[in-house]
Amino acid sequence: MTSGFVTLLYKEVLRFWKVSFQTVGAPVLTALLYLMIFSHVLESHVQVNGVPYGAFLIPGLVIMSALQNAFANSSSSLIQSKVTGSVVFVLLPPISYVEFFLAYVVAAMLRGVMVGVGVLAVTIWFAPLTFVAPHWILLFIALGGAIMGTLGMIAGIWADKFDQLAGFQNFLIMPLTMLSGVFYSIHSLPEFWQVVSRFNPVFYMIDGFRFGFFGASDVAPEFSLAVVTASFVLASAATLALLRSGYKLRS
Amino acid sequence: MSVAVSISRVEKCFGALRALAGVSLQVAEGEFFGLLGPNGAGKTTLISCLAGLTRPDSGTLSVMGHDVRSDYRSARRQLGVVPQELVFDPFFSVRETLRIQSGYFGIRNNDDWIDEILANLDLTAKADVNMRRLSGGMKRRVLVAQALVHKPPVLVLDEPTAGVDVELRQGLWQFVRRLNQDGHTVILTTHYLEEAEALCGRIAMLKQGQVVALDTTRNLLARYSGQTLNLRLAGGAASLPDALRARATESDGTCAFHLAGLDELEPLLSALREGHCVIDDLRLTQADLEDVFLGVMQNSGSAHEAAR
Repeated sequence: MTSGFVTLLYKEVLRFWKVSFQTVGAPVLTALLYLMIFSHVLESHVQVNGVPYGAFLIPGLVIMSALQNAFANSSSSLIQSKVTGSVVFVLLPPISYVEFFLAYVVAAMLRGVMVGVGVLAVTIWFAPLTFVAPHWILLFIALGGAIMGTLGMIAGIWADKFDQLAGFQNFLIMPLTMLSGVFYSIHSLPEFWQVVSRFNPVFYMIDGFRFGFFGASDVAPEFSLAVVTASFVLASAATLALLRSGYKLRS
Repeated sequence: MSVAVSISRVEKCFGALRALAGVSLQVAEGEFFGLLGPNGAGKTTLISCLAGLTRPDSGTLSVMGHDVRSDYRSARRQLGVVPQELVFDPFFSVRETLRIQSGYFGIRNNDDWIDEILANLDLTAKADVNMRRLSGGMKRRVLVAQALVHKPPVLVLDEPTAGVDVELRQGLWQFVRRLNQDGHTVILTTHYLEEAEALCGRIAMLKQGQVVALDTTRNLLARYSGQTLNLRLAGGAASLPDALRARATESDGTCAFHLAGLDELEPLLSALREGHCVIDDLRLTQADLEDVFLGVMQNSGSAHEAAR
């Protein structure tokens, strides 16, 4: 790997780190508010799989914030540089499309993980958490972040204007992440919505992630891993094909 | 002398628009080459093809012998491009911008060279200022600096002085001229014809995606050398005898006659006298690149001949 990739990755990380108050701080605060409000209302009424509601909610909030911010990172970076024209600075150098892809996805994943760690750090004090299988925790947040970084690239490459990107974010990413079992176990849903949830790849990211904490989940973590890995391969193949063709980047 | 840039039968369409209709030209190492043409002639598209920002439908381009498609890594290392738009990354300072740009080309610890470029472009005092806080002229200089971080043998400047004040323009040209003297090949597109005339050794003129003139600046000027006689007649252009009217180019009530030499002046004046034309105003001007440009652009018929 040439240092073109290393520099592009460094630049992408520096970009969000310089405004970390908004890119990391803000989502951490939002997640904290969710936790305080929902656990206040539901703590005494709800238990999921024998876990108190607050403890059940925290891993969901951690990975949901990570996923949303991974998406936001690659998509906003691309659309900004496209709209301002500064994308030429990364198109002129000898950087291959694979390096380009990896730099954006890894940077998005890193932001996702950073936000996740931040959310965990401020919420862990509100409920008793266990870490039964840490390797599942790391695996699912990393893969989930990579998938969302990849989808963010697709959205950022496709969108010509900020409102198109907002549409993608509000009508696809938000529903996928919110309706994935962050706030509930899908077993509590009516039969129909349980089936629908099983077609949402984000459900498997969250379910597998949560398994790492409690050792219990709606589906087996191995199965979730298979679905998430397959989703990553598909999304990556699509993104690499776009980049290779030069779609909307090289006319 | 070896070839720095080779462009061969390049065609590019955007939908129904034929931006490049088979452009071929070569630029030798060490040349200061001008690319002229009206808006929409295809200059920027051609440069984009050379830089790999646009993919041609057909034809080949190479930089220092490296094909821009099949050997893009080498080709891009040999090429520095100053884009036309005043673009910048608002997250970084000038020095960060240049360090990052160096890294993209695989160059680390480039600070000595970066300092040298900054000094030459009068940017040293602004090195640690965020890009957002620079004036337009300063941003333009940073764009030039960015194009130079990897010491490319070929430098392309796409209308670098559009909207730039006189002082900066002079400074920029001094610097670019020195780069050229140091052996860099420079390709310049500009709207300022006097700029091209002063700087470029050879010029290609583009119109509707085709090369309509390609020659040394001296030959181009010689082709349209001589003088132009500008006349304002009391009776307007309508009062010209038929034979003369065919030779005149008319604009704003002034009739212009191209003269190959001053010996053509007397016969013209006597023809006017015989036609009883009354002269209100008379000016004799030396041909410059602007006349060449206008002549070439109006004279589309000879376009193909010139391109050959």
